[in-house]
Amino acid sequence: MVNSQNIVARSATTLPAPHVRDDVVEVAKLIDVSRCIGCKACQVACMEWNDLRDDVGECHGVYDNPMDLSAESWTVMRFNEVDVDAVHDNAEGDKELAWLIRKDGCMHCAEPGCLEACPAPGAIVKYANGIVDFDSNNCIGCGYCITGCPFDIPRISEKDSKSYKCTLCSDRVAVGLEPACVKACPTNCIEFGSKKDMLARAEKRVNDLQQRGYAHPGVYDPQGVGGTHVMYVLSHADQPGLYSGLPKDPRISPMVSAWKGVTKPIMSAILGITAFAGFFHFITKGPKEEPTDEEVFGDDEDHNSGDRDDGQDDGRHQHSHEEDRS
Amino acid sequence: MSIRKQKTMQRYGPGTRANHWGMAIAFILLALSGLAFFQPQFFFLSNTLGGPVWARVLHPFIGVVLFMLFVIIAVRQYRHNLLMENDVKWMKQIGDVLNNRDDNLPPIGKYNPGQKMVFWALVVSIPVLLLTGVIMWRPWFAGFFPIPLIRFASLVHALAAFVAIATIIVHIYAAIWVKGSIRAMTRGRVTHAWAKHHHPLWYEEEMEKPEQRAGEEGKEQHDSQLNRSMESPGHDGRTSG
Ligand code: HEM
Ligand code: SF4
Ligand code: SF4
Repeated sequence: MVNSQNIVARSATTLPAPHVRDDVVEVAKLIDVSRCIGCKACQVACMEWNDLRDDVGECHGVYDNPMDLSAESWTVMRFNEVDVDAVHDNAEGDKELAWLIRKDGCMHCAEPGCLEACPAPGAIVKYANGIVDFDSNNCIGCGYCITGCPFDIPRISEKDSKSYKCTLCSDRVAVGLEPACVKACPTNCIEFGSKKDMLARAEKRVNDLQQRGYAHPGVYDPQGVGGTHVMYVLSHADQPGLYSGLPKDPRISPMVSAWKGVTKPIMSAILGITAFAGFFHFITKGPKEEPTDEEVFGDDEDHNSGDRDDGQDDGRHQHSHEEDRS
Repeated sequence: MSIRKQKTMQRYGPGTRANHWGMAIAFILLALSGLAFFQPQFFFLSNTLGGPVWARVLHPFIGVVLFMLFVIIAVRQYRHNLLMENDVKWMKQIGDVLNNRDDNLPPIGKYNPGQKMVFWALVVSIPVLLLTGVIMWRPWFAGFFPIPLIRFASLVHALAAFVAIATIIVHIYAAIWVKGSIRAMTRGRVTHAWAKHHHPLWYEEEMEKPEQRAGEEGKEQHDSQLNRSMESPGHDGRTSG
């Protein structure tokens, strides 16, 4: 966690986090998928800068390597071959093969589901510049962030049971550098700057793609999560699912909102009220006192406690004979 | 008049008592650690289990222990918790119950309808907590389940925990409210007067047994044959435990 004074949202925290230094621009990373050649320089740069060394895996016969995000692989390239509408002239109805490559990783949502779900105060923070960062020092390893994230991003480490994901190089950005992946990308497919500038660039790229014949190019900045600070330019923005399952309209699941929303304070209040109700019932009505034998049995011989004579008294109870004749 | 001078009878055997307090400890620890994840204002409670990470680690294991103890007690007690005719009448007179006007209440068995509701609320919520808890359990099991299911399980776990904790608050208060009850679970015995007053049908039933009628702890040990007469299934006299 690099800057502790411009935190605009903090997990499991109900009062404002310190954010006096929050007069900063919102940043964004723009990934122009149409320009990606799948070289994985960004994956390597991420390992390099963040000192991460994932286990060397096996070849699964596809380009994806590793096959999924992990606590040591915060970004992975996902490759997908699909049939799409052909883009060349007079291609009405024709199909053509497209090799769609997407750099997967944290989207740095404006409304992060991970932060919403996290029960550990300060384990997840959102800075004023829009970066969502995990302060793993406070992480308890419950995995609620995985449950909350609409993009299936966070991963719990097998080594230390803490959750990890892309930090958008918050450490580099804090001192005015671009993220490591941006620096490494040889095609300028990944760019970094203010969110405003990146949206403007994205607009331009979308126009280019339109001119090249794509029917539905677009910017992926899903409003269901309030927009993201990692955006894509997609050639087929009408079907984000083509890009290895990018969700079409991601938002915090209603299930998560129901779990983490108003229900919690309401249930907590009801528990408190129940306990107080008991207390005040006792104070006003008093206990049900233990009934005496006289009250329950009246003159019933059997329970006239002094006269217990069942022939089996072994002497241990003799002391009571005198006192009990009341 | 002290208990020593009143006739007493067994309500819970040592096994049942140990089981109950094992569950009580487990439940408190689960509620403390669970509430810590439930709501930020309760997060400090996680320190009672040795810090938030320990709370996260231990909670599900304690949950499994609670579940196993609960199964034992539930199997043993369920037949005493079936609803009977007088229960409905009793419930209609809940105002009298709450105002401590017990004299006109219809006679009820080993458990009153309030106790039965506590029982059934737990019969539903504890298995639900186990099932949903396993689905949420990291790092061991959650990975085997799809994320939408984990979301659903988390919501249901929180709701079931709410039901269980609210139920237990009522249960604890009832034990404080009705004097003479706590001793049933600490020492195992209640006075004849208490039993006849609060659970008349159970009292009548128990009075068929000489050792209960004798009204003193240890009396039944004089006659080993008595054990045989107590072997009705689910009985929680000396044989349970
Ligand atoms: C029966 C077996 C149980 C299992 C396997 C289980 C498991 C879990 C797990 C895995 C979590 C997530 C946090 C963590 O990893 O520690 C959790 C949360 C929780 N548990 Fe349990 N639990 C069980 C029983 C209970 C019981 C009996 C209670 C109530 C006293 C309870 C109350 C809670 C609460 C309040 C939460 C927080 C839920 C939230 O964040 O909304 N659990 N449980
Ligand atoms: S993509 Fe997932 S992990 Fe990243 S900020 Fe959004 S919710 Fe959090
Ligand atoms: S695993 Fe860590 S970061 Fe994720 S929700 Fe739990 S405490 Fe928060």
